[in-house]
Amino acid sequence: MKTVGVLALQGDFEAHRNALERAGSRAVEVRTAAEMAQCDGLVIPGGESTTMLKLLENEGLLDPIQAFGREKPIYGTCAGAILLAREVSHPPQPSLELMDIAVERNAYGRQIDSRITKVQGEDGGELEAVFIRAPIIRRVGADARVLARYKGDPVWVEQGRHMVTTFHPELTADSSVHRRFVEKLS
Amino acid sequence: MNTYMTDDFRLKTGLAEMLKGGVIMDVTNVEQAKIAEKAGATAVMALERVPADIRKEGGVARMASIRIIHEIMEAVSIPVMAKARIGHFMEARVLEALGVDYIDESEVLTPADEEHHIDKKNFKVPFVCGARNLGEALRRIAEGAAMIRTKGEAGSGNIVEAVRHIRTIVKEMKQLTVLGKEELVHEAKNLGAPLELVEWVAGNGKLPVPNFSAGGIATPADAALVMQLGAEAVFVGSGIFKSEDPEARAKAMVKAATFFNDPVKLLEASEELGEAMRGLDVAKLPEGELLQTRGW
Repeated sequence: MKTVGVLALQGDFEAHRNALERAGSRAVEVRTAAEMAQCDGLVIPGGESTTMLKLLENEGLLDPIQAFGREKPIYGTCAGAILLAREVSHPPQPSLELMDIAVERNAYGRQIDSRITKVQGEDGGELEAVFIRAPIIRRVGADARVLARYKGDPVWVEQGRHMVTTFHPELTADSSVHRRFVEKLS
Repeated sequence: MNTYMTDDFRLKTGLAEMLKGGVIMDVTNVEQAKIAEKAGATAVMALERVPADIRKEGGVARMASIRIIHEIMEAVSIPVMAKARIGHFMEARVLEALGVDYIDESEVLTPADEEHHIDKKNFKVPFVCGARNLGEALRRIAEGAAMIRTKGEAGSGNIVEAVRHIRTIVKEMKQLTVLGKEELVHEAKNLGAPLELVEWVAGNGKLPVPNFSAGGIATPADAALVMQLGAEAVFVGSGIFKSEDPEARAKAMVKAATFFNDPVKLLEASEELGEAMRGLDVAKLPEGELLQTRGW
């Protein structure tokens, strides 16, 4: 069985661990480069992207994650999507730049603008999506593929081995997004 | 629990899920909020005076100045929380209209109502409430709180009460898991909490909302201690901006919340910190000066 590491510096890593197990994978918490090296894929969970970024910088984890991403799949939700993006705005901040997307932080507004809604899959299906102080993907590069949209904006994007959602499938009972990620593990 | 797990409640607890493993820092102005964000705080709590000053200066402690909360919301990109007095649902309405991300119905402020807490289900903005034991935690959840934090003893710089409260809540939850159905009915009566919530805790061994810790956390080791005992994140009030070097301490607390299970990282976090805030012996405080006994 493949092992997915869930970056557990901060955020809803426990919910991701449970969701990955429901999707048929083994899941472990990862806080160091040595722990990450044992994994076949990595999830960067929801949380505060600024907090995760500070910890990644202070703990010297930016280079190891970038190197990991050149070989193995990474899936980022919400804060994780912000960290994987090439460009971040509102306000601008550094990122891992592993996916060719531009992301605007807190783009729907504050917590009172958070929502649970249905989003449209490009395959014609519908998904329940939990958006919490969510970002909006403003630009998707030529190599990236949109898998679901909400009000026309991409909310689930894949580029090669990597994937992001701006919503939180780990907070729903539907494990289809996590299953798709688990299928990417080689 | 089905009557609780509405979409509205899932969104409220959802933001609390995002704050796990992090540090929520008390701040009184924009400058402090920026220091907190830069150090890696997951959220800031805007208030007029930190608890240590409320304790020292006395008088009525109210919701913070709206102008200051608004300035802080403009200045940082992380969630901004603010405190309302226990039972003061109109302070809460004002904070909701302002658009804060979480309201703390807090014993640190002077209570506005000595019998009733706010009917929190009736708000779109989520609430966090303090608790000293399981019964208190479940009553707050029954009213709509989407996050619980131990009360500890705010502004004391003394971890003993936070430890007592997290240990009490965790022990009381463990005890429920071995009881039969008819015993749970009796326990619901003892706890003064709705049977539906008591049954949920008995079945799951944890609270149906994230369980954080507050009240007296002053050092990285304090933060790690309450997390070892079962807290999922920490609130640091006076501990940061009443210490000698707030920037270094804020950064150290963030590191400690992440690496609470790694003594070597905790050692790194504890080095070169300067003096912690001065602490109080809670046992020597007169009953009337305790903040934790506010609310029920």
